[in-house]
Amino acid sequence: MNFDFTEEQKSMMEVGRDFAEKEILPTQKEDEKEHHFRKETFKKMAELGFFGCVIPEKYGGNETGHLCAALLTEEIGRVSASWTLPFNMQMWGPAFTILNYGNEEQKEKYIPALVNGDVVGAFAITEPNSGSDVASMGTSATETDDGYILNGQKMWISNAQTADVSLVYAYTDKAKKHKGISCFLVDMKNNPGIKTAAIETKLGLFCAPTGEIAFEEAKIPKSALLGQKGDGFKICMWQLNNTRLGCAARGVGIARGCHEHAIKYALERTQFGQPIAEFEMIQDQLALMYVEYEAARLLVLKAAYEKDQGNIGNTLSVSTAKYYAAEAAVNASGLAMKIFGSYGYSSEYPVERFFRDAKSLQTVEGTSNIQKVIIARAILSK
Amino acid sequence: MNIVVCVKRVPDTETKIKIGGEGTKIDPAGVEFIISPFDEFAVEEAIRIKEKLGKGEITILSLGPAEAQTIMRKAYAMGADKGTHLNDATECQDTLAEAQALAAALKGMQFDLLLFGKQAVDYDNGAVGVQVAKLLNLPVVTRIIKLDVADGKATVERESDMGKEIVEVKLPAAFTAEKGLNEPRYPKLMDIMKAKKKPLEEKPAQLDAPKLSIVKMDYPPARPPGKIVGEGEEAVPALVNLLKNEAKAL
Repeated sequence: MNFDFTEEQKSMMEVGRDFAEKEILPTQKEDEKEHHFRKETFKKMAELGFFGCVIPEKYGGNETGHLCAALLTEEIGRVSASWTLPFNMQMWGPAFTILNYGNEEQKEKYIPALVNGDVVGAFAITEPNSGSDVASMGTSATETDDGYILNGQKMWISNAQTADVSLVYAYTDKAKKHKGISCFLVDMKNNPGIKTAAIETKLGLFCAPTGEIAFEEAKIPKSALLGQKGDGFKICMWQLNNTRLGCAARGVGIARGCHEHAIKYALERTQFGQPIAEFEMIQDQLALMYVEYEAARLLVLKAAYEKDQGNIGNTLSVSTAKYYAAEAAVNASGLAMKIFGSYGYSSEYPVERFFRDAKSLQTVEGTSNIQKVIIARAILSK
Repeated sequence: MNIVVCVKRVPDTETKIKIGGEGTKIDPAGVEFIISPFDEFAVEEAIRIKEKLGKGEITILSLGPAEAQTIMRKAYAMGADKGTHLNDATECQDTLAEAQALAAALKGMQFDLLLFGKQAVDYDNGAVGVQVAKLLNLPVVTRIIKLDVADGKATVERESDMGKEIVEVKLPAAFTAEKGLNEPRYPKLMDIMKAKKKPLEEKPAQLDAPKLSIVKMDYPPARPPGKIVGEGEEAVPALVNLLKNEAKAL
């Protein structure tokens, strides 16, 4: 077993770190306040190849792998959780799913454009009345002579209002239950049957757009079907097992950001005549943060490594990493707020943002409870 | 247009430097190493010139320990084509000996532009670029902030306390890069992968016995604690007095 990173991986981490500090950090406060998704930042990430890690060169990718993508996500997440979302929205979500399930025409049409940032991607699963129970979704796709007609509503969709293309999961045959769900590649713009609205009432991730999508007699062509009719549930679970890795890596980034800020503050802040880092209860908090960060990181790297070895369906490893990294991020941000005291409660310092952003990880792409269900089923069936 | 860029491996500027080697060297333990930032400006400028002209070759030349190849690969990832590593395990501190070794290697190379950073940010001597130019009998323009190349000559801008100078120089010539020359690019992931396949020649550095060595290094003195001279308007005269006579800031 070798824990060393290659020189190339180290160089990529350096690029991610520099990018976060020089391209995201300088405008972060302003962008968070304005809930601003800065398109030029997104384009720069694309130009550097951030969204092409798991995509073959043939479709504009760089084949640097899941491990590299996870490391980059951590480096970005250490500064901004919001700006890790595009890794999922462009690459692990739509592009990688199209690569696995799409036909050649779909691959050529969408993957290079998602990788180079010409189109903004999304995936739409959640609905107002359908969260963890994916098969309870109400969105339907009715087949016609020349395509499908979508009806229904999706909620809490990242990039809903900015996406050019989205994976949309909908029932083509409700009677078949989850085997009646299909996946569609929907062009989101210039379709009079598709309306989107931003959700502005969320707790965090302010620089990552979130919204709802309403499909009202939205016509889409036959060519929009991804895979076969009825493959939707299978595709959805496959996709989530990849995007969850991105969420887990985001959690590692948040945990690290909190830990680094907390160490710096604890060494600088003086109370009772000495830096607060001298106090054992502060040391206890810093040690806990470090242990959980390290453990979460190793779980994420293991899951990413397995995917690079060809084991894409590594559900147990991914859910373990996602569960633990989400909890580690939430714990780290809570501890960081305690160490920062009143300043932790102030938006002048970054830890309250990490605290708000981290909470999303216990919900998105499978709640912590769902991850535990997946883990338990997997270990009990061994 | 053939361009050679000399780069040096130095401790990351954000690293807290520790003195090792019996008080005469920087202790490398736990230190991240980078291309000296001024050398990075030189690499970026070479790439921009090549991109603008649509042709040419960029060679990286670095003198240093085996690990210097790591920072050479970074220059490759940015866009350099090939390079030569002059291996020096002795960590020579005599800039003239280093310049002689670089000049010896450069004598076998064809180039129009020879670029350096204005100084390496480890020992901050700022000597090697000028010394190499002298040894090769090349004109040298230091601390450049703009470089245009056309018709066998370069038009260069440099800034000093006196103001701005515009200099014209016949090629081949040497230049040392100042901050402001450009903003170095981030390497693309694909180019990081390709960098490991680009040619890198390794040779022992032909170093003469150094005539200079550091005999002692010391940390900067600790900053004295802050002083509160009073509050409100009444404190102004005392503050002005200290700024004038103690801090010499006024």
